[in-house]
Amino acid sequence: MATEDPVATEAPTATEAPPLLEVRDLHVEFRTRDGVAKAVNGVEYGVRSGETLAVLGESGSGKSVTAQAIMGILDIPPGRITSGEILFHGQDLLKLKEEERRKIRGSGMAMIFQDALSSLNPVLSVGDQLGEMFTVHRGMSRKDARAKAVELMDRVRIPAAKERVTQYPHQFSGGMRQRIMIAMAMALEPSLIIADEPTTALDVTVQAQVMDLLAELQRELNMGLILITHDLGVVADVADTIAVMYAGRIVEKAPVHEIYKAPAHPYTKGLLESIPRLDQKGQDLFAIKGLPPNLMNIPPGCAFNPRCPMAQDVCRTDVPPLATVTYEGLTAERRSACHFWKETLRG
Amino acid sequence: MPEPHEPAEGAIAGTGAGGAMDLAASEATTLTPGQQGGAGGPGAGGPARSLWSDAWRDLRRNPVFIISGLIILFLLFISLWPSAIASGDPLDCDLANAQKSSSPGHPFGFDGQGCDVYTRTVYGARASVTVGVCATVGVALLGSVLGGLAGFFGGVWDAILSRITDIFFAIPVVLGGLVLLSVVTSNTVWPVIGFMVLLGWPQISRIARGSVITAKQNDYVQAARALGASNSRMLLRHIAPNAVAPVIVVATIALGTYIALEATLSYLGVGLKPPTVSWGIDISAASQYIRNAPHMLLWPAGALAITVLAFIMLGDAVRDALDPKLR
Amino acid sequence: MGRYVIRRLLQMIPVFFGATLLIFLMVNVMGDPVAGLCGDRKCDPATAAQLKKEFGLDKPVWQQYATYMGNVFTGDFGTAFNGQKVTELMSTAFPVTIRLTLVAVVFEIVIGITLGVVTGLRRGKPIDTVVLLLTLIVISVPTFVTGLLLQLLLGVEWGVIKPSVSSEATVDELIVPGLVLASVSLAYVTRLTRTSIAENRRADYVRTAVAKGLPRRRVITKHLLRNSLIPVVTFIGTDVGALMGGAIVTERIFNIHGVGFQLYQGILRQSTQTVVGFVTVLVLVFLVANLIVDLLYAVLDPRIRYA
Repeated sequence: MATEDPVATEAPTATEAPPLLEVRDLHVEFRTRDGVAKAVNGVEYGVRSGETLAVLGESGSGKSVTAQAIMGILDIPPGRITSGEILFHGQDLLKLKEEERRKIRGSGMAMIFQDALSSLNPVLSVGDQLGEMFTVHRGMSRKDARAKAVELMDRVRIPAAKERVTQYPHQFSGGMRQRIMIAMAMALEPSLIIADEPTTALDVTVQAQVMDLLAELQRELNMGLILITHDLGVVADVADTIAVMYAGRIVEKAPVHEIYKAPAHPYTKGLLESIPRLDQKGQDLFAIKGLPPNLMNIPPGCAFNPRCPMAQDVCRTDVPPLATVTYEGLTAERRSACHFWKETLRG
Repeated sequence: MPEPHEPAEGAIAGTGAGGAMDLAASEATTLTPGQQGGAGGPGAGGPARSLWSDAWRDLRRNPVFIISGLIILFLLFISLWPSAIASGDPLDCDLANAQKSSSPGHPFGFDGQGCDVYTRTVYGARASVTVGVCATVGVALLGSVLGGLAGFFGGVWDAILSRITDIFFAIPVVLGGLVLLSVVTSNTVWPVIGFMVLLGWPQISRIARGSVITAKQNDYVQAARALGASNSRMLLRHIAPNAVAPVIVVATIALGTYIALEATLSYLGVGLKPPTVSWGIDISAASQYIRNAPHMLLWPAGALAITVLAFIMLGDAVRDALDPKLR
Repeated sequence: MGRYVIRRLLQMIPVFFGATLLIFLMVNVMGDPVAGLCGDRKCDPATAAQLKKEFGLDKPVWQQYATYMGNVFTGDFGTAFNGQKVTELMSTAFPVTIRLTLVAVVFEIVIGITLGVVTGLRRGKPIDTVVLLLTLIVISVPTFVTGLLLQLLLGVEWGVIKPSVSSEATVDELIVPGLVLASVSLAYVTRLTRTSIAENRRADYVRTAVAKGLPRRRVITKHLLRNSLIPVVTFIGTDVGALMGGAIVTERIFNIHGVGFQLYQGILRQSTQTVVGFVTVLVLVFLVANLIVDLLYAVLDPRIRYA
């Protein structure tokens, strides 16, 4: 597979490929003793095969909860999906029985978690944990599964895979552990991978290596990739499309190069301005003023209005729709949930 | 290692390193403690005070604490003034009444010697509560002083103390009691209490040692040390207030088990001795008549179980309140 | 690993001698060691002195202890009050108590862990509350009361079991006494398992197992249980020593002629050799059980490696 012509495996352009995954108007809430937290409030996004969608947002923005809802690993209760559709290969996952969804997990879609040390079982060897995918989903014998595990470890370039397959997670370095997580997700060559902050827990030097490996495997297998992150640096390198989330909604969705050129939402703009830059050494770092919203009590109108420098009266009363953004030279779809996206675009 | 590494030098994103900081930084600047779901976090404010006042606020609303607390207050009351609710004399017995079941004025019936079971059950609280409270106080004082000093100073004393506690742990408690107390002829509660302190202190000593070592490593204690605080000042002002919580929790639960242990020893014939009135003695005596007059067993056994239960529940509630992580 | 075992064995030595010396001293305080040797009569002074000399009881205590330990290491535990060898008493008593302890441990494992898993997975549900309350009650009611009540109900009222166990003490006779002996520990095992399961249920690696598409049963048995049972197994291991030492109450209630019974007799008859001998073996069992638990810990949790 690695010898294939790279042009042939190029991601199909957004317009022609059918959507692999489509999330429609998804609402998730958590019922706790203190009240109902509305974690996801009408998220819409989609991924095509071979495409990378980066979902960006602060903690509490609902990006991980959306991913867990897609995977079907939400804690229910306290979590509850109140409405929406999750279409995977055109089929609504929320209408499936738990047993049917279980079979899709791991084989149709897989997830990579942030902290590989705690996400891998500490008392089982990595070989057992990788092999499990084959014995459970493919009915392989333990011996064959073990051989597959070694193969997978080779593929994510873990040196001396044959010897290390019997080792336990704590015996690997952070980067190697995350490679094992990746290998586990890739094991059954799923069509969709969700990576939840895959490099956040790693050393800076290792982050790029792991990210490159992930991107490489994605190209090879032509998978859809949802990359959940708050790291704009990672996004710029690998993403095709960016979706920015705030208070459980998508506030901006755009092709990656467009968003860096000119954001169409004041929140995105604030995020981009808070990146430390070498050409502004010595200046104060910009920070978005105010606090992230309380999910038990989201402000009326645009959820971002209390922190927005451009907020007008309409922002405090009307929820802005996720409107289509158009301008000269824009070739792909672009959307913004701001009443004043035109003004924001102009800067 | 064949690591493909290309330095990402996007004009906006900077390197991966710079990018990784962006949102984390903006989060850090905008977060306040109130945003963290009111967890507050022990050690965030004044280390000791906020812990205790938080715990007290939780406890006041906890029905388990209220119920067990009321039972314990009631027990303390009847052990101080048993005559307030039982007019009879526990030693005033008439063999003619032996083993009779309940009758007017004698709701629990009579025991094998013809004594009123109700009166004896009420008067029995005093022995149990005295043994429980005194043994716990003794164990807690001896154990926390020895364990605390060993944990604080470490070194050779710590090693010796650890071995001594190991020795005491290796001796089965009931057996030790049987051997030591079988020679005692005194019919007061003190030999039993003394025995419990002798064999009980290692349990508290281990807890105290552990929590002192943990407290010693806290940043503010290290800071105090760096500022030149004396040993005694550090122990009393900084370490003791933090190390005392686990000791209190374990001691409260242990109080219940000491009461049960006293009854067990009395049942084996080496605990308290008549004419002391004790639930253990009465249960032991009743076990001979268990076929004909089970009521003699049930009342003191019930009182004993409720007492032990109350202290264990109290300890549980206090632990939950002091250790928010366990919830 | 080998070095760790050796270090632990070396550490056990002072604890073993400390504990046996302590018991030796306690028994010496206990009273006249020759009092029981002349049958029910009181020994006349000449015989008493003779006996004391014979047993070396006229020497200082530390010397007696040294002699006694020397004998113990050659397999001689001395003579009991009726002239029987203490080792003979042991060979009849220990099998009974070991059987009783095994029955108790099986109860702890089967009932305790099952209840703990069920409640840990259903935290806050009615069954959890009921079981939790039951465990509190079992912990609060002293073993001898539980034993007497079960004996009353099962043995006397309903006639399901014989109220007292025969001298053979077969396993089926020991079921109810074993349950009584296990009761308090069983409640602790339940609570410990419950806490451990509830804690680990939210662990990241369990979420990973679910995300891998494993069936719920496999997630629980292979991933959740394997991790949650580590503290439970170590608790049960250390409890073996405590159960054997604590069996005295249960054995007395059901009239079982095990270790506790012999010890009780030994104390009643002031037979120092019996008491010290039995306690020495019990201390040894406790220490070895603890060592095995420590080593087991390393087997169960690969993160722990003893150097």
